[in-house]
Amino acid sequence: MANVVVVTSGKGGVGKTTSTAGLGTALAQTGQRVVVVDFDVGLRNLDLVLGAERRVVFDFINVVQGVVKLHQALIRDKRVETLWLLPASQTRDKDALTDEGVARVIGELRNKFDWILCDSPAGIERGATLAMRHADMAVIVTNPEVSSVRDSDRIIGLLDSKTERAERGEQLPKHILVTRFDPARASRGEMLNIADVLEILSLPLLGIIPESEEVLRASNIGAPVVLNNPESAPARAYMDSARRLMGEQIDMIVPSEKRGFFNKLFGRRAA
Amino acid sequence: MNWTSLLFKRRGSAPVARERLQILLAHERSALGQSNLITVLREEILAAISRHVAVDPESVQVTMDRGAAISTLEIEVEIPNLEEAEKAAVNF
Repeated sequence: MANVVVVTSGKGGVGKTTSTAGLGTALAQTGQRVVVVDFDVGLRNLDLVLGAERRVVFDFINVVQGVVKLHQALIRDKRVETLWLLPASQTRDKDALTDEGVARVIGELRNKFDWILCDSPAGIERGATLAMRHADMAVIVTNPEVSSVRDSDRIIGLLDSKTERAERGEQLPKHILVTRFDPARASRGEMLNIADVLEILSLPLLGIIPESEEVLRASNIGAPVVLNNPESAPARAYMDSARRLMGEQIDMIVPSEKRGFFNKLFGRRAA
Repeated sequence: MNWTSLLFKRRGSAPVARERLQILLAHERSALGQSNLITVLREEILAAISRHVAVDPESVQVTMDRGAAISTLEIEVEIPNLEEAEKAAVNF
């Protein structure tokens, strides 16, 4: 049975695309057949984060409009053979995605893949509601910061009203993925901690991705952090989160402060 | 940073963030909840009326006005003339 997962947030720049790439790659590494779908029409970036930007010929909109067949637009990852990308179009026409077209393509993807990860655009407009429409599960990417938490709350409201599952009166499992978490600042009381975020949003936690240089390094290169440095803290966090998404019970590791002797002495945070 | 803040652990800004969010979201959720309430009320009122007379779903207007002390609920229903309604009821 295929699982359609929407990766959403409301607010922009919190790490939806990075997280879609991270979770998608980690799921595919376990042998699951995964497609990551970019819903951000006009501002596609998932291709870039995955290092596939030069291989895009056809896109999601071409498939939705029936110009090409689905298999012509799907791009297979060169590193993980069960990972595929359906890129968004760079067209400026926001209405290029139709309800029926998206429903048909998601239906076709359900027959081919175990996981369909929909990378939502920011905002609460049409693109975002289309990305969540057919979801069986939602991952809400949240930074421990007031505007991100507020927008997450708003998106949770939409997930409970605008999705097919909600309209049928069914449950839509929702999980919080906290990204850019800085344990040092949280422990000093300068950043919302994990318990605060979960209590305010009252949803279960999928994982905690610590703030890390590795994330930018990986996107510079065009390799998801999971592949670029599998031993790094964010890579491990994405791998654990992917396994939780598959229903495995994995202990949650709250990233802790790493401070050397001199940093402790001078009260500065270790990089 | 002066020496007192080294002795007494400074209260960070996170608790303030947490408090502001809790107040704000409680407010926003109830505001959004009310717009849902209007939809629910509209449907139920429509269902109750259409058990007795045929009404056009478009002819039911429900508005809610929120004031500090009291809120008002305004319902406007256009009911067709009785003969028309009876004719329509026969067709059911």
